Amino acid sequence: MSRQSLTKAHAKISELTWEPTFATPATRFGTDYTFEKAPKKDPLKQIMRSYFPMEEEKDNRVFGAMDGAVRGNMFRQVQQRWLEWQKLFLSIIPFPEISAARAMPMAIDAVPNPEIHNGLAVQMIDEVRHSTIQMNLKKLYMNQYIDPAGFDMTEKAFANNYAGTIGRQFGEGFITGDAITAANIYLTVVAETAFTNTLFVAMPDEAAANGDYLLPTVFHSVQSDESRHISNGYSILLMALADERNRPLLERDLRYAWWNNHCVVDAAIGTFIEYGTKDRRKDRESYAEMWRRWIYDDYYRSYLLPLEKYGLTIPHDLVEEAWNRITNKGYVHEVARFFATGWPVNYWRIDTMTDTDFAWFEEKYPGWYSKYGKWWENYNRLAYPGRNKPIAFEDVGYQYPHRCWTCMVPALIREDMVVEKVDDQWRTYCSETCYWTDAVAFRPEYEGRETPNMGRLTGFREWETLHHNKDLADIVKDLGYVRDDGKTLIGQPHLDLDPQKMWTLDDIRGNTFMSPNVLLNEMSDAEREAHVAEYRANGTKVA
Amino acid sequence: MVDITDQKTRSFPTIEFTDSEAGALEFPSSKSRTYNYYKPAKLRATMYEDVTVDVQPDPDRHLTQGWIYGFGNGPGGYPKEWTKAQSSNWHAFLDPNEEWEQTIYRNNSAVVRQVSLCLENAKRARAYEGWNHAWVTFIQRNLGAWMHAENGIALHVFTSIQRSAPTNMINNAVAVAAAHKMRFAQDLALYNLDLSEAGIDFDGGAHRDVWQNAPEWQPTRRAVEELTAVGDWAELTFATNIVFEQLVGQLFRSELVMQISARNGDYITPTLVGTGENDYARDLAASRTLFQLLVRDEEHGAANKELFGRWLSTWVPKCLAAAQALQPIWSQPAEKTITFATSLDAAKDKFRTLLEEIGLDIPKELDQ
Ligand SMILES: [Fe+2]
Ligand SMILES: [Fe+2]
Ligand SMILES: [Zn+2]
Repeated sequence: MSRQSLTKAHAKISELTWEPTFATPATRFGTDYTFEKAPKKDPLKQIMRSYFPMEEEKDNRVFGAMDGAVRGNMFRQVQQRWLEWQKLFLSIIPFPEISAARAMPMAIDAVPNPEIHNGLAVQMIDEVRHSTIQMNLKKLYMNQYIDPAGFDMTEKAFANNYAGTIGRQFGEGFITGDAITAANIYLTVVAETAFTNTLFVAMPDEAAANGDYLLPTVFHSVQSDESRHISNGYSILLMALADERNRPLLERDLRYAWWNNHCVVDAAIGTFIEYGTKDRRKDRESYAEMWRRWIYDDYYRSYLLPLEKYGLTIPHDLVEEAWNRITNKGYVHEVARFFATGWPVNYWRIDTMTDTDFAWFEEKYPGWYSKYGKWWENYNRLAYPGRNKPIAFEDVGYQYPHRCWTCMVPALIREDMVVEKVDDQWRTYCSETCYWTDAVAFRPEYEGRETPNMGRLTGFREWETLHHNKDLADIVKDLGYVRDDGKTLIGQPHLDLDPQKMWTLDDIRGNTFMSPNVLLNEMSDAEREAHVAEYRANGTKVA
Repeated sequence: MVDITDQKTRSFPTIEFTDSEAGALEFPSSKSRTYNYYKPAKLRATMYEDVTVDVQPDPDRHLTQGWIYGFGNGPGGYPKEWTKAQSSNWHAFLDPNEEWEQTIYRNNSAVVRQVSLCLENAKRARAYEGWNHAWVTFIQRNLGAWMHAENGIALHVFTSIQRSAPTNMINNAVAVAAAHKMRFAQDLALYNLDLSEAGIDFDGGAHRDVWQNAPEWQPTRRAVEELTAVGDWAELTFATNIVFEQLVGQLFRSELVMQISARNGDYITPTLVGTGENDYARDLAASRTLFQLLVRDEEHGAANKELFGRWLSTWVPKCLAAAQALQPIWSQPAEKTITFATSLDAAKDKFRTLLEEIGLDIPKELDQ
């Protein structure tokens, strides 16, 4: 289509909307934002006549690559260390994708300007595409990869696992609470604009280095829809900025959304990229280096900073602190160690680390070995059943962490842990900002104004509470993380598939699992204060 | 000569043969190659089921920690209370069209190709030049008004609903219906653009005033606007796909436009409107399956039947009023090959059959 006819087509499509006079669309989802003063924006409309063939063409390329990968025996050269983590990642991501689809009517409800409704409805279809194309990729892995266990129970595992729950925020955050907070700031302005670059580009690129070129094929195809979503979100953001009353809410939501995305996405993707790879070339970018490029330069400096010209205060301090957590406070390394500590309740296997890995970490993160090296050596030593318990129940100088009530990643940077009584319960938080999110942001009043539409933190947020005081073998059995012989675990702390070397329910029986939060709430004030002081000091058990 | 002294050594990951193919080893679960957390409807899971079922979690199924965010005024997730209809197992609904990524793009692209070819041919053959004045006016006014209804339903009925139903299967099915409606509405609009540029006496902007003010279209606009105001997602699906589409949508598309275009020298419009009919047939199949399940529900069937009866008493009169008001447009074309009464009877007959298939009583309002 020529430019001129494209312009005419857009104008014609705009004629489809009208001002209702008999009744207006139901408002199912409320917002505390106001759009009365919103300027009329006219973002590019998607013409379905070009949209469908364009996406079909993209699909054909994806499906062609899938056929090629199978016919070309791609799985002969795929690193198991890498693909095991995909059991976790691909169990999580289709839900955020479909949630993004579900979020679109929330944005449509909240923003009265019909000019942007078309783009949001097309985004809805894109997101159905993303969710189902990813489920299909996972199915291919289940069919073609040596160890299907964990892929085979994927959506159930996602729904009952501690790590699945961390990831679930990423979807539930899109579809719950204040419509603009959820469907615009959290979903589009932060998750899609900032973090899809690490999720859908940086991480899949690492897959290629581990012999899997299907993950990049599928996710780059997904990412190519994202620029339209980002411009939808930006239009809404500019409309919101037109009204002074929205400013405190925008600043609140940017803080919450930025920090929660950092906590959740950097935990997961950082771990996959740093601990899931076998590529230890010294010039291979570390996650920190990727983050600097994709998030700090491309997002923070090029997207967030320019918003200041609209008088918006952007969360500089939290961007710097996220960077600080990644580079100086070992955030990703702590998370990886935590995942590996919890291996019996995982539905993926986690490889042991070698000297090559150690050397690479030390090169990229000086001081790594002195902080984490010993622990990983113990992990290697305790990898096989028979002579020892799972590492979480052996004394290796590691205290099972408290969970952050807000982001649900544990409070792993122990000196930063916040402990407060909120809603009549002692809660732990990974950071001041996560405490603020629960105690201040997600409340019906904010800075003296009513915010009745703001969401609430709900549910059984500490996963361990559900399994408190149970035998580890019973927990694993109840979760269903057992292979088809009825006894061998899906999760293993090594990659050896020799049944003799794989842990069974019998090997882990006799270990009682305790919820740190339940225990914390049972303590006297003095006990709790001592416990917290010790935890903050370094978190290691006093022998 | 090319200077090669300053070339960087390129760095790339090494490929390692790992033999990580399916079947390379035997060990517990090495043959576990089906999604095992749900029971497929038939013996073997379909692609559709595999990519759809349980992607939206449910505390009644595997979700153990519950929904971790709530709304300010109630629980988050997908509360069953968002409709008055009840089910002993919402997850029993599977989309008979088995829509997922590939079907959505394949089917809609096929339609796009069909429509494009048809419109190109029409231009080349100067097909519009042969239309008589009455027919030009008929298309300008009525097809022009109708495209608003399709677009409104796309954005404020089906796009809205897909946030609300308790399962991924229902929500995806309505998302696909939204995509259909949006494409069809746009096709009608771009057809309007073609006609404006065809060198015939076609006023491309007239549709706005007809939709907004022409008396024959006001009850239809009213019905569409009132539909969009319904909060209960199942009522909205029912009122739109079961009632409005039968009594107004099909009446206009199948029982009028499809019947009379050819006799008025127009072979283009039926091709286009036929794609909308085809979309609706698919989307109706999904709605029919859903409401059949609810009527047949062992625990809640009787209550649902009564509820749907009430929805019929609300929506049948509104939609019949819209249908009746459209009567004058039957006499606008030069070739009046069908009477309004014949068309309305045909639409009502199909509607009765549909209600029987779902298992509902024919509402008395239909005969008024
Ligand atoms: Fe997406
Ligand atoms: Fe997106
Ligand atoms: Zn936190």
